[in-house]
Amino acid sequence: MTAPAYNFAYLDEQTKRMIRRAILKAIAIPGYQVPFASREMPMPYGWGTGGVQVTAAILGPNDVLKVIDQGSDDTTNAVSIRKFFVKTAGVKTTTTTTEATVIQTRHRIPETPLGDHQVLVYQVPIPEPLRFLEPRETETRRMHALSEYGLMHVKLYEDISRHGHIATAYAYPVKVDDRYVMDPSPIPKFDNPKMNDCPALQLFGAGREKRIYAIPPYTQVVSLDFEDHPFEPYRHDASCELCGATDSYLDEVITDDRGTRMFVCSDTDYCGTRRAMGHGTAAEDTEAAHDDR
Amino acid sequence: MSALDTEEPLLVADGLTKYYGRQLGCRDASFELYEGEVMAVVGESGSGKSTLLQLLSGQIEPTSGRVLYRMRDGAATDLWSMSEPMRRFLYRTDWGFVHQDPQRGLRMGVSAGGNVGERLMAVGWRNYADIRGVATDWLGRVEIPEDRIDDTPRTYSGGMRQRLQIARNLVTSPRLIFMDEPTGGLDVSVQARLLDLLRRIVSEMRLAAIVVTHDLAVARLLSNRIMVMKGGTVIESGLTDQVLDDPHEPYTQLLVSSILPA
Ligand SMILES: Nc1ncnc2c1ncn2[C@@H]1O[C@H](COP(=O)(O)OP(=O)(O)OP(=O)(O)O)[C@@H](O)[C@H]1O
Ligand SMILES: [Mg+2]
Repeated sequence: MTAPAYNFAYLDEQTKRMIRRAILKAIAIPGYQVPFASREMPMPYGWGTGGVQVTAAILGPNDVLKVIDQGSDDTTNAVSIRKFFVKTAGVKTTTTTTEATVIQTRHRIPETPLGDHQVLVYQVPIPEPLRFLEPRETETRRMHALSEYGLMHVKLYEDISRHGHIATAYAYPVKVDDRYVMDPSPIPKFDNPKMNDCPALQLFGAGREKRIYAIPPYTQVVSLDFEDHPFEPYRHDASCELCGATDSYLDEVITDDRGTRMFVCSDTDYCGTRRAMGHGTAAEDTEAAHDDR
Repeated sequence: MSALDTEEPLLVADGLTKYYGRQLGCRDASFELYEGEVMAVVGESGSGKSTLLQLLSGQIEPTSGRVLYRMRDGAATDLWSMSEPMRRFLYRTDWGFVHQDPQRGLRMGVSAGGNVGERLMAVGWRNYADIRGVATDWLGRVEIPEDRIDDTPRTYSGGMRQRLQIARNLVTSPRLIFMDEPTGGLDVSVQARLLDLLRRIVSEMRLAAIVVTHDLAVARLLSNRIMVMKGGTVIESGLTDQVLDDPHEPYTQLLVSSILPA
């Protein structure tokens, strides 16, 4: 008998069923962290094994997979995960956001609005938003159960008292469906509004911490704030030097060894698509710069 | 607010008993506490003082007996027939708990302002300037310099930490405060200042309080009434001055004449 070395998408069917049950529960209770029996994957935890397991559990042979890391399709991490699923599931892959049915991500949400035929899978390092101030797991669980979320505002209060404004720039806490406070993983707070009322299903997998949580399609997601210090998505006050975009999240990159810097889209697919459409000419650059507040 | 209301006790302990397995913690404690009244609980180590305090504050469930608390709407409610969220809400709003060890009562990694503001945020305050204003005001009331508001209690002295704990508890204007050895572990001069402050605030706010202490001087200074515990049982109780000046029980007599190490 010649059995394949591994099952479709690496995990055995039993494990996938277990993970799917956790995912279904997570969808039924938006923002709630569901424990699951996280498996060893043939890659280190820092590589997003939680996301990989979620992807493995939902992937079908007809899916088209996109993997991004900090907005880019071609970092070592993104390439490895893509290769992993090509090898173990034989699925089609893409770098184009609109073509993908499953997008696994670390640290970004694509700029191109997602549709209801898509699933966004986040890699999560630390799922518990309350841990910063309350290290006891029994206590944080009770706080979630009883919606005792005053502590989240203590964290924001501390930010303002130290920096004069809410300085939290990544993993900015949100309240999902007016019930559970959730850590959106270390995406920039610029991306937070994209989670709200999003047509795509959003799944979050934390491998080391063995938790899965979800935001079902079209769910309300609100970033926490104070009346006199409202939530503000942040982006550099500039336009992309490659495509001229003024609405995208920008990375500051150093272009030579003399410290010359430039701003470019962090979402490489968005940037490339815009350039292919002819954006990013010098004329438009200046126009875009004027548009900028 | 009517005269009738204040004639009802704020808290009633009724046959409170706690066994830790077969070990007795506290047996058959019954008393009433009225608004604005301060009760001291004294006794030797292991006599059941902390057990009684934890029973009264709903932190441990009694083996038998019950605690009735008169809610703000006037209804006397059994602590353990309340839902857990309700009990926890009470604990964070209408009650305060000052621990002997400030590390248990404070968030050591959070600024003084955040420590004081936490309860306000927990009950839904969402205006930073308002929260900070109230925190500043409270730091002043417990004699902590305003310019220390953004420092964490790690940088505070023992006495300041205790005063911060008090501010953190009183910011929601509770009606009842529990204190377990609030002056324990402090220098004598620091103790005196803290006691002074406590006495002033308790009377200004008309707080009811239950204070556990080893120190009869603390009991004398702060409390109207006193309970003496021994081996898990309340053996004598009454007005503080009367009990301390004219103790009936031989054990209390020994305690007062400081022959026993209290
Ligand atoms: N968690 C526990 N498990 C088992 N026994 C306990 C527990 N807590 C207290 N006890 C026992 O119950 C009795 C009363 O203890 P308690 O802590 O209430 O005394 P105390 O008067 O507060 O003493 P101290 O002055 O030393 O703080 C003691 O015999 C103690 O050993
Ligand atoms: Mg004790």
